Amino acid sequence: MSDLTTFREDTRQWLEEHCPASMRTYMPESEKCWGGRDYKFSSDDQKLWLMRMADRGWTAPTFPKEYGGGGLSKDEAKVLKEELSAITARAPLASMGTEMIGPAILEFGTEALKQQHLPAIIRGEIRWCQGYSEPNAGSDLAGLQANAEDMGDHFIVNGQKVWTSYADKSDWMFCLVKTDNSVKHGGISLVLFDMKSPGVTARPIKLISGRSPFCETFLDNVRVDKDQVVGEINNGWTIAKYLLTHEREMLGRIGNVPAEKTLSERATASIGLKDGRLADSALRLELAEWEIDFQSHQLTIERVRDETAAASVGNSSAMLKLYGTQLNQRRRELLIASEGFDAMTWKEDSEARLWLRSKGNTIEGGTSEVQLNIISRRILGLG
Amino acid sequence: MQLILNEEEQMVRESAQSFLADNAGPSLLREIRDSNNSLGYSEKLWQQMIELGWPSLLIPEQFDGLGFSHVAMGQIMEQAGCHLANSPMFATAVLGVSILSKEGNEQQKSQWLPKIAMGNLTLALALDETARPDPLNIATSVTKSTDGFILNGNKSMVIDGQIADQLIVVARSSGKPGDRQGISLFVVPRKTAGVEITSTLIMDSRITANISFSGVALREDQLIGTIDQGMDPLTSALNVANIHLSAELLGIANECLHRTVGYLKDRKQFGVNIGSFQALQHRAASLWSDIELCKSTVMAALRSLDESAADASLIASIAKVKACKVAQLATNESIQMHGGIGMTDEFDIGFFIKRARIAQMLFGDHRYHLNRYAELSGY
Repeated sequence: MSDLTTFREDTRQWLEEHCPASMRTYMPESEKCWGGRDYKFSSDDQKLWLMRMADRGWTAPTFPKEYGGGGLSKDEAKVLKEELSAITARAPLASMGTEMIGPAILEFGTEALKQQHLPAIIRGEIRWCQGYSEPNAGSDLAGLQANAEDMGDHFIVNGQKVWTSYADKSDWMFCLVKTDNSVKHGGISLVLFDMKSPGVTARPIKLISGRSPFCETFLDNVRVDKDQVVGEINNGWTIAKYLLTHEREMLGRIGNVPAEKTLSERATASIGLKDGRLADSALRLELAEWEIDFQSHQLTIERVRDETAAASVGNSSAMLKLYGTQLNQRRRELLIASEGFDAMTWKEDSEARLWLRSKGNTIEGGTSEVQLNIISRRILGLG
Repeated sequence: MQLILNEEEQMVRESAQSFLADNAGPSLLREIRDSNNSLGYSEKLWQQMIELGWPSLLIPEQFDGLGFSHVAMGQIMEQAGCHLANSPMFATAVLGVSILSKEGNEQQKSQWLPKIAMGNLTLALALDETARPDPLNIATSVTKSTDGFILNGNKSMVIDGQIADQLIVVARSSGKPGDRQGISLFVVPRKTAGVEITSTLIMDSRITANISFSGVALREDQLIGTIDQGMDPLTSALNVANIHLSAELLGIANECLHRTVGYLKDRKQFGVNIGSFQALQHRAASLWSDIELCKSTVMAALRSLDESAADASLIASIAKVKACKVAQLATNESIQMHGGIGMTDEFDIGFFIKRARIAQMLFGDHRYHLNRYAELSGY
């Protein structure tokens, strides 16, 4: 028996014994586990599941064991993922830490930074937010202006960030700042600071969905110690690009969450069948096409990972992001179309809110047009 | 499921790539077309393919084949798409072999498969009777006679029907057109009394056949599989065929993109390469992304033919829908982005769109398979 087969059997058995029954059900958005200092668990099982998975390092399966990670190989991590989805286990942790800044600290950070931050990220004790966009630096991210003044052993940061996801609920921020104003890309650094630091103010932005997942974050004379710089000073753009690749890959999976019912099940429940076929024949083919595209995209995520030895899928992330976000928007449009006015009421959990929120998918993390630019230049060599 | 090639498959891919780049391509197709070649393919190229062992790829080793995977054969099909290589390989070594190895009895397998492996026997599937493919719409009939059957009916768009040594004929032994039950498969030598074969030139410069069967007498041992139960094995074979056609369409789409990007870097207007215009960059990038998705579905579909005993119908329809749509986009976009020169017969890009539409329509286009996908999914 191969090592991987043994690993699969052991994993299956462990999950069988340790994944609480209530964590094997469809997870509504409101029960996503974000972790963090002030996080209120929605149930004892949610907390137990996070603790059990974190104890094995399986909230960050491929991170080294010395920092609390799972220490799994790429193949083992794939097996774990398959076994988790086989029992429809909920993700124990939704985290900008394990998905974004954790990998960057691992790749570029000092040993001290790794010791300080990684274990807390993996255990879901600290919730992170990302300080990237600014009012005048959107698609042209490298045009950012938040200024970090060198004070010897620390910086004093002044500026404004925008579209900071859940800044009001986060404990720490990883933030792009300008440490040299004489050059564009070469004058950027990536710094880490506590959101409780004096001078940090996060103000939620109300969106067309009526919800406020994003904030504007004001930085007013915020002190950042120099040991909280990830990588070299003025080399932040390299790390920013690395992180953007991760973000694209993450956003590419946006529609890939277990749902209570599939799109066609919901459409069938709403519209009904006639002679075994969905009663709206035009919508029926649109649904079929969406489902086929969705599966193609899932297979592509898998194929690209199989093809890539490294942890990051590189430039292919632009394609995964482009397509994944479009698919999510199409899904939301089809749900509105399938459920009609039932989906258009204005209640807390209305489908309409999710539909409206999805309009941002092709903007955040680099617009679709930016993704097409990346593909044209870096993959096709056009320019 | 591993969605990457193993060593053997990679080897087949590279060998197909370099062999077809050297020996096939639009120039060969042009030569075939302009010389009024009555086969619709190059006999020399086919003989070389036989020497490379390609017809034997999917045949099990016990019948003198190589017993390679569908993934491996799919690499050849994809390259055949890139290089527009026509030969009896698809109808004989993919479609025909699938039917025989799945449904043939031991005697039929040992009679036919080793000959196919050697390149000494070609097959053609006589299925379609209508202009738009529909495997249930079979009116060609077989009736019981004292010592066998009598076959009557007409078939059209029979790939390689003009040259095949043996025809695999789909006929109705009971029921009416549209019924799943009552389909039977027979192997019929081309030189049989009552079989009349007429060649038809189609737009991709290939040749297919219309075949009429008038009171053709068949023996019991010409039946493949069980009487009236031919639909299931036919469905399996068409899944195989559609997945390999998807691989060919992927090759066509990829080649069109490759040629078009090359042109964008080369062609100058307003004093610059037209590839510097964002309007064209985004179209090319979008096409590239679609092709990436198509690659994954073709790979998963081929792999599932090799790995799973379960019915491949769903993944076959997924692959065919994606491949048809992507090939349609790629061929249309490539002509548009080439501009006027793309409309000329002298320029090669036009050959790809002609082949693509034929391969799309064969055994059901994306509309057919969208509908089939929805049906199989219970809506």
